[in-house]
Amino acid sequence: MAKPYNQLQAMFGIMRASLIASFRNPASIVFGLVFPLIFVLVFGYIGGESASFSVGIHPDSDRDNPIYQAIEQIDALTLTTDKTAEELTDDLRKGDLGAVLEIERGKQLVVHLTTSQAAPEEGQTIQTLLSGITDKINLAAANVTQPLARIEPGEVAGRKFTAIDFILPGQLGFSLLSAGIFATAFVFINLRQTLVIKRFFTTPISKFSIIFGEGLSRLLFALLQGAVLVAVGYFAFDYTLIHGISTFLQIMLLSALGLIVFMGFGFVTSSLAKDERTVAPMAQLITLPQFLLAGTFFPIDLFPDWLQPVAHILPLTYFNDAVRKVAFDGAGIASVWPEMLGLLVWGIIVYVIAIRIFKWEE
Amino acid sequence: MAKKSIIHVTDLHKSYADFEAVKGISFEVYEGEIFGLLGPNGAGKTTTLEIMETLRLPSGGDVEVLGHSIHKNPQAIKRLVGVQLQQSGFYPSLTLSETLQLFGSLANVEINTLELLRMVELEDKARSMVKDLSGGQRQRFAIACTLVNQPKVVFLDEPSTGLDPKARRQLWDLIRKIRDTGTTVILTTHYMDEAEVLCDRVAIMDNGKIIALDSPDRLIDALVSRGYERPKQVKKATLEDVFLDLAGKEMSDETEEQSNG
Repeated sequence: MAKPYNQLQAMFGIMRASLIASFRNPASIVFGLVFPLIFVLVFGYIGGESASFSVGIHPDSDRDNPIYQAIEQIDALTLTTDKTAEELTDDLRKGDLGAVLEIERGKQLVVHLTTSQAAPEEGQTIQTLLSGITDKINLAAANVTQPLARIEPGEVAGRKFTAIDFILPGQLGFSLLSAGIFATAFVFINLRQTLVIKRFFTTPISKFSIIFGEGLSRLLFALLQGAVLVAVGYFAFDYTLIHGISTFLQIMLLSALGLIVFMGFGFVTSSLAKDERTVAPMAQLITLPQFLLAGTFFPIDLFPDWLQPVAHILPLTYFNDAVRKVAFDGAGIASVWPEMLGLLVWGIIVYVIAIRIFKWEE
Repeated sequence: MAKKSIIHVTDLHKSYADFEAVKGISFEVYEGEIFGLLGPNGAGKTTTLEIMETLRLPSGGDVEVLGHSIHKNPQAIKRLVGVQLQQSGFYPSLTLSETLQLFGSLANVEINTLELLRMVELEDKARSMVKDLSGGQRQRFAIACTLVNQPKVVFLDEPSTGLDPKARRQLWDLIRKIRDTGTTVILTTHYMDEAEVLCDRVAIMDNGKIIALDSPDRLIDALVSRGYERPKQVKKATLEDVFLDLAGKEMSDETEEQSNG
């Protein structure tokens, strides 16, 4: 044996075996790709529409007046004109309509506006919109050509921030979270309990090479899944990659960092769980709260005040924020250093724990 | 014929928290022999083997394999030996070829998968999944995995446990074939007939100690010369012989495959 042992060759052997197994394992693809892809598809299609408010028009309402004509022009209002009074009241009570309108033509044009306790914000907005319309009509009728104050609307050119732009980073994060925690935990607990690792120890391979071989495989597989997700978002739903390829590569870099941190959680889980059945609930415990709280589906600002600080420091939150900034705001990697630092700190904490408790045998 | 001793076990002790598994054993293994550790479950055979394989450190004593000490140079030993564990799974979702490739990488060796599979009569299963193998096939494949680095010594822990008579005999032929290529084989077993038929020398272990060490023939001669006589007339054949005669040699894998679906 003149040649010294080549750990790299052994490590790549493990990486290759792990990649083959990943591609043949339906579970990893389902959680890492199919599941997030479904969310991307759903929100991609939803995102096409902007917000709108539903208004019911009472059957007895007069429609031949400037107020009604003005209302018909407003895109943000969706009018329901074919229902009976009872149906309208019913819808209103349920909150399916924001308001019911009946315009009465008499000496004055009176707008009877009925809103609902079920949808108070909608009612408010509709009332405000109508006030604008009635005020304009009143001013014109009063021959006021130079009112005291007016609104001068202007618009800044910019990309429309659609639902997909908000959703995709979270789904990418979820995909990486799955790959990092579930796949890693399952693989290591399986290899340990079926004594595959023990058999490896009869060869000169080092523990380091085993971990790295598996880690590299997980990284490649997860980045591939991530790239598919971003590509689907970009080509099918016009996901914003503001600087094109350069943005894409930056997202991949962030994904790599995120994945490495999440893998640390996977290592810890594989050591704490007693068997394969315990892995799932434990991994869910780390994954689901983040999925819900990290601004994946709706902004953290919507949460109660006491929950917000907690939500802000979750690893998935740092990831989501960084990707949104890079993809949509065009921020360079360097400028998301606070988020990367947050991820890094989590990484250090979790790997210190993992190194101390990692189980190589039962 | 000069017998070269390639493994020295000296006063080996191994204790776990409250249990002394190996209580001071010493023996040597000669190059090119099939050496057996025979004894009931719990005798300390597997523990002894795993210490020799550098998987465990002893509580006391020393083991030298091919000139390397398990304390000072376990890595060197790992490069020269092949190991089959008592119960061990294979890396999931791989074919036989891919699994051998993996072991090839671990051994830093370019392997010829077909040749290795041919040696254990599994060349037509090269692209089958390991999990689809029958019991006998798995054991033979496990042995193929130990041969990847053309080892000087092969350790087999209870290789024929759970196999039917057909598969056992097939396995014994394979083990003899390996020895005939110049590889030394050390195996543990609790099957007395296996030790008698296969091993050149046998160390009988019980309760952490070696209570006898010699070739099977000499052990039997010694017993007889102590005045032992078998209580019943020895049958001219056993039921196992009946089965083998009726079933025929080729059917082993088939019957196993059928029963495995």
